[in-house]
Amino acid sequence: MEQKTKINALEGKQELFITRDFDLPVELVYKAYTEAAFVSQWMGTKVIKLENRNHGSYVFETSHEGKVMFKANGTIHKLIPNQEMVRTFEMENMPIGVQLEFLNFEKVTEDKSKLTIQIIYKSEKHRAEQLKLPFAYGLNMAHSKLQEILEPKI
Amino acid sequence: MKLRRDVFQAIADPTRRTIITLVAASAMTPSAIAENFDYSRQTISKHIQILTECELLKQEQKGREIYYELNPNGMRQIADFIEPFRKMWDDRFNTLEELMKSKVHEHKK
Repeated sequence: MEQKTKINALEGKQELFITRDFDLPVELVYKAYTEAAFVSQWMGTKVIKLENRNHGSYVFETSHEGKVMFKANGTIHKLIPNQEMVRTFEMENMPIGVQLEFLNFEKVTEDKSKLTIQIIYKSEKHRAEQLKLPFAYGLNMAHSKLQEILEPKI
Repeated sequence: MKLRRDVFQAIADPTRRTIITLVAASAMTPSAIAENFDYSRQTISKHIQILTECELLKQEQKGREIYYELNPNGMRQIADFIEPFRKMWDDRFNTLEELMKSKVHEHKK
């Protein structure tokens, strides 16, 4: 089956592309990105601030048991409803740095749409840090799974 | 104990990436690999050593010569490297899709 979400990260580049086909009208995908209540639901984070306009800014924050686990912020550079968003994105206290994101919302049919995100990092190394993040997390998961299996025998 | 090297640090180096590309075509001896570079044999040996430690290359003795070839296990680790990132976005977008599907009706009104 064709994958609905694709990542294209060419070797030696400091950018990557994320593409996703949605069984949704383009207006609803755009809404999911611009209405705080929706953003917070699908991103799984609290939206502290979200100014949907050129030169507006946004802040996301996730807490667990009263402790801030994740904080991200950025500036919306350009916004064309149902078509385009250009913004910066930065996860605080992470070695990934500020990234520049070009989001392209495309209508395919009345009920189908396509989202293309081009992300540009400060360097190839910064991009690698980003890619490593869920990878390392996956390895940790695998590691604790292994421990779970092994521990009772020790 | 030898320190386990970082695979991604290993492939971040352009010389080491070139070595991988060379060896991918056919198994090569260290001197044949070194002929492709202006660096000293010693420098290239060091790069080969790092790639071997990361299990991206493996040695094979053929007669009196040692040949280096790609280690498919190590290489698969790199190929699978992006998958968790893709999966993370796929999960997120699936949530977005499910969430917004419940709004399609309102949208059409």
